Amino acid sequence: MGVVQRVKKPTTRKGKKFLEERGPKIIENTKQSLFFYGRSSSETLKRCMKDLYHLKKPDAYPLKGKHDVLPMENSTPIETSSKKYDSSLFFFGSHTKKRPNNIIIGRLHDHQILDMAEFGVENFKSLDEFEGEKFPLGMKPCLLFAGPQFELDPTLKRIKNLLVDAFQREPVSSLRLQGLEHVIMFTCHENKIHMRSYRISLKKSGSRTPRVELEEIGPSMDLSVRRTKLASDDLFNSACKKPKELKVKTVKNIKRDVFGSKLGRVHIRQQDIKKLQTRKMKGLKKTRKERASHKKPTKSQPSNKIDN
Amino acid sequence: MNAENVIRFEETRDPAKSTSVAKLVDVEIDPATLLVSDTNELDLKAYRNNADKYLESLARDDAQLLINALWEYPTERYEDCIVAKLPPPKYVIPREKPVPQPKPLTRWEEFAKRKGIEPNKKKSNLTWDDVLKKWVPRFGYKKSAAEKEKDWLIEIPQSEDPYVDMFEKKAQVKSEKVSKNEFQRLRNIAKAKNVKVPSMGLPPTPKLNSRQLNSAAKIAHLSTASLGKFQPHSSKEKLLSRGNIVPLEKKRKLPVPSLEEERKRNLNIANSILNKKPKLDVDKVVNRQIHSEEVEASEQKQSKKRKGRGGGKKRRSKGHHPANKEGKKPKGGGGKRLFGGKGKQQSGRKRR
Repeated sequence: MGVVQRVKKPTTRKGKKFLEERGPKIIENTKQSLFFYGRSSSETLKRCMKDLYHLKKPDAYPLKGKHDVLPMENSTPIETSSKKYDSSLFFFGSHTKKRPNNIIIGRLHDHQILDMAEFGVENFKSLDEFEGEKFPLGMKPCLLFAGPQFELDPTLKRIKNLLVDAFQREPVSSLRLQGLEHVIMFTCHENKIHMRSYRISLKKSGSRTPRVELEEIGPSMDLSVRRTKLASDDLFNSACKKPKELKVKTVKNIKRDVFGSKLGRVHIRQQDIKKLQTRKMKGLKKTRKERASHKKPTKSQPSNKIDN
Repeated sequence: MNAENVIRFEETRDPAKSTSVAKLVDVEIDPATLLVSDTNELDLKAYRNNADKYLESLARDDAQLLINALWEYPTERYEDCIVAKLPPPKYVIPREKPVPQPKPLTRWEEFAKRKGIEPNKKKSNLTWDDVLKKWVPRFGYKKSAAEKEKDWLIEIPQSEDPYVDMFEKKAQVKSEKVSKNEFQRLRNIAKAKNVKVPSMGLPPTPKLNSRQLNSAAKIAHLSTASLGKFQPHSSKEKLLSRGNIVPLEKKRKLPVPSLEEERKRNLNIANSILNKKPKLDVDKVVNRQIHSEEVEASEQKQSKKRKGRGGGKKRRSKGHHPANKEGKKPKGGGGKRLFGGKGKQQSGRKRR
């Protein structure tokens, strides 16, 4: 016997709206992320987490204080806080002797842990260490992934998916072309991911498209992949399921030719040759008997003929 | 409209560089997520030489490719901005929550669908009230306020008992309707979640907690004919009194009467005792009189019969007391008295 959950009806309209906002939707909200520390942290880690928080800012929620949580061992506390704050991404920082400057980036599906990857932060340079203008708040960054390992290694392939999920803000249908200002680059080489962040300046090139020039703005760090806890392919695929309403219907049988005129292809069923009216000949005429046997109930004859 | 016509860019620092980038393997670009996946091998020589510089040049090339791709898309003007229309994203990212499922049909909706009953058309929110002469909402606190205003008086129908509180009855009917609706709602939820619910009574609790188990044991302890007086139990066990399980009626404490009233009440009690008169039960007296008359008459009859026969057959009585002949019941009092005084004979009528 299963247990019925959420039997109580929301008593106020506000409460109802709140629950609807958090329920499953066809077009989902932007994924929110939680930032929190474990039992201990270091100076580098704190600066790193602060910068990552800055990269995510309007869609992020930093939790205060220390948390006695080990996500790789027991993920229940994360699942509960994800439910509480309605966030499906988390950035967890901890610093131990065994794993110094440790960051866990993870995501949840339906308030259940989907993927988690642990990284060691090395060669960290914060946003403040670079001079010059930074990116504006809430800007959607361009994400660049370089290195063949991101495609060949299944673990790194999933980590790439996780990083895209973590750093892309939301997919867009239209884009202000001048608003492209920020690039985050991930380069994979020998189990190490170099994360670099640049500011784009578009310059005149003489052709239609502008020329891109980059300027490093930070944060920059080298991430070494430590432990990972990735979802099985089945679970991952079921989490990726697209709702029927969002699937694009393929338009069949309609084409446009080079001149822009619309061409349609019409399908017709096979013609019944027996019923085809051919040339009338006396010899092929039905006899009276045949006609009587095939006789159908005829429609009433128009009366005006008789009058005339 | 072309983007180049409107967007003006500064001069490049290095005019020799162009926008074209050559790559051995074509990079994958997803414009909606602004994602570039470059699977080309890294130039290890340049990487080892100066990693940061190499990474920057690599990033520049990939970003250039992305910009080149984005500039291909059709543009639109939107509030002083040039906006490119992008196709839907290709790169698949897991959803935050599962795909919403359609709401399961309720019992009524299922029935209506089967029978082809069309759902009611949308009703207007306001209805005209003829009595109040104003528009009243169909439901909500304003509706209930209007109802209260309207029903200050309820006519009692002829078929009804005139002493019934019609307001109370109305409230009861309403509350019954509400609870029926709630029951149906819960049943629909249970059906949707595939939970088996018994058609009658309450479902058994799957697992009792320690408090519930304790109280169940205590109730079982008390559930004997002697209310658990002779049941064995450990000394540590805290036993319940009967009142803990079956709530006893609480005695209402009356307010303390005033001095005058108390005196009056006590006087009344004293008077009632002093002025006690034996009650005359007319029925009882009449019955007794009739009985005694009948007894007398039958005795006379018996004596006449005996005289008339003059020593006929002697009837044998089988263990019958001679007093039984008169039809009198045997009286108790032949046995030993348990609680009577020592040899003290009780006399007079039995007091209860």
